[in-house]
Amino acid sequence: MSLQFVVDGLLTGSMIGLGAIGVTLTYSILRFSNFAHGDFMAWGTYATLAVVSAIGATFGKVAPIAPLSFGWPLLVALVVGMAFTALLALLLDRVLFSRLRSQGQAIIVVMASFGASMALRSLLEFTFSSRPTYFSRAIQIAMPVGFGIRITPDQIALLLLTAVLVLGVHLLMTRTQTGRAMQALSQNAALARIVGIDVASVVRVTWIIGGALACVAGVMIGILVQIRPFMGFDMLLPMFAAAILGGIGSIPGAVLGGLIIGLAEAGAVQLIGAEWRAAVSFIILMAVLFVRPIGLFGVRER
Amino acid sequence: MSEAVLDVRDLEAGYEPGVPIVRGASITVRKGEIVVVLGPNGAGKSSFIKAISGLVPITGGTVFLDGKDITAAPAHTMVRLGLAFVPQTENIFPLMSVEDNLRVACGILERREIPARMDEMYAAFPDLVRQRRTAAGNLSGGQRQMLAVARALIVHPKVLVLDEPSAGLSPKFVSMVFEMLAGIRKSGVTILLVEQNAKAALAIGDRAYVLVEGKDRHEGVASELWNDPVVAELYLGQRPSRASKGGAA
Repeated sequence: MSLQFVVDGLLTGSMIGLGAIGVTLTYSILRFSNFAHGDFMAWGTYATLAVVSAIGATFGKVAPIAPLSFGWPLLVALVVGMAFTALLALLLDRVLFSRLRSQGQAIIVVMASFGASMALRSLLEFTFSSRPTYFSRAIQIAMPVGFGIRITPDQIALLLLTAVLVLGVHLLMTRTQTGRAMQALSQNAALARIVGIDVASVVRVTWIIGGALACVAGVMIGILVQIRPFMGFDMLLPMFAAAILGGIGSIPGAVLGGLIIGLAEAGAVQLIGAEWRAAVSFIILMAVLFVRPIGLFGVRER
Repeated sequence: MSEAVLDVRDLEAGYEPGVPIVRGASITVRKGEIVVVLGPNGAGKSSFIKAISGLVPITGGTVFLDGKDITAAPAHTMVRLGLAFVPQTENIFPLMSVEDNLRVACGILERREIPARMDEMYAAFPDLVRQRRTAAGNLSGGQRQMLAVARALIVHPKVLVLDEPSAGLSPKFVSMVFEMLAGIRKSGVTILLVEQNAKAALAIGDRAYVLVEGKDRHEGVASELWNDPVVAELYLGQRPSRASKGGAA
């Protein structure tokens, strides 16, 4: 068996993990499963694509940053896309989730997120059609790095970007007052208010982080695979699997869960066949939960 | 008499409209005092101080803190206004370290003030220093109570409000908690306290109110209330023997 699955798995795992951070934060702080999270990814990606096109129309053709397949327009567009996705998440919370949340029934919010997911996806299909599209059609040559592994410069750059973002979010959660407020809110919402935490502002930060990272995950998929309206929805199950596997509420857990699922899927494709990839990751999920029901980094509710 | 820090007038509060739990209760807490609110089970003591702290919707009456009307202030603004509340249970963040439990409450302090303030709390509660990296959920009952109180004190409150700080603690910790509160008062902090453990609370308190059916029915000097026949009557009058057989709810 070739070790190539390690690179493929890490890349898939990065996309899943970045998405799973948003899922796990929403679940632990707002206490509902947001099924529209995958569609935040897709919307972020299309927004980024739109900005790339707009820059292209304004500045003409921009040479890529060698040896990558993309140039500064994509980086600028990514930042705009992240902001756009964060705003989209805030808007959806304002008009939909926050109203239902105040009525106190989690299942209604979950169902609403399912509806929002379908609506968002259909809007994308309506606007951009369901035909796959790409940031760049340039073919990158994968470099051999030993042990039979080949990797493209784009892939290296995206793995590094993931590592930086995950480290950043982890530090934000553990070292800053905002992060401590988020932890506090997830552990005891009433006490969080008593100690002076403004719940509404923490909720906003949660959506901003989740939305921005969903956009990055989507753009990664767009660069490495392709852009489709269903691109995010198809990631939903692996993202939830990663969040649960890692332990709900844990940022490192969500990322590790994502990497495990990604590696398992890539390994399964090589060993058993592509049609088994989803099955293998869920068998791993079930096996871990059987031994440790709270997930790898999870903590028991007290 | 020194000035009132907390002045509650004819407070009415309850979770559902039309179903008040607190029905016109008035108390005054003066600077530097420990004031105890006593009362039989179900008298609405806990709802009373939760309403003051912004956690139970207020339907009537007023709450003044240092002369400022805080009746409609949301719960998360209370520490900034100068009122720090310590709930009876679940009053710490169990998965966060002792240190983070304190730090998370420092949101209203100046950033450069925080380290000194943390040190002051550790000096006042030396038990917490040894446990500063421990998850708060692993502390003993008494240490949890200390942490909850330290977290409330760290923001220099004008008044510290506690809901049954001795509830659920073993006798050894109960006396420790009351000694701690007496010590905190000595340092100049005003305290409002709801307690089931009337004897121990009256021993450290200056004045006390008896709350019955959501209304203040009696007020007196703490040291005299223990032998006050009116108090005994108010307590006993609330618990007719038939109620204990499962008649009234």
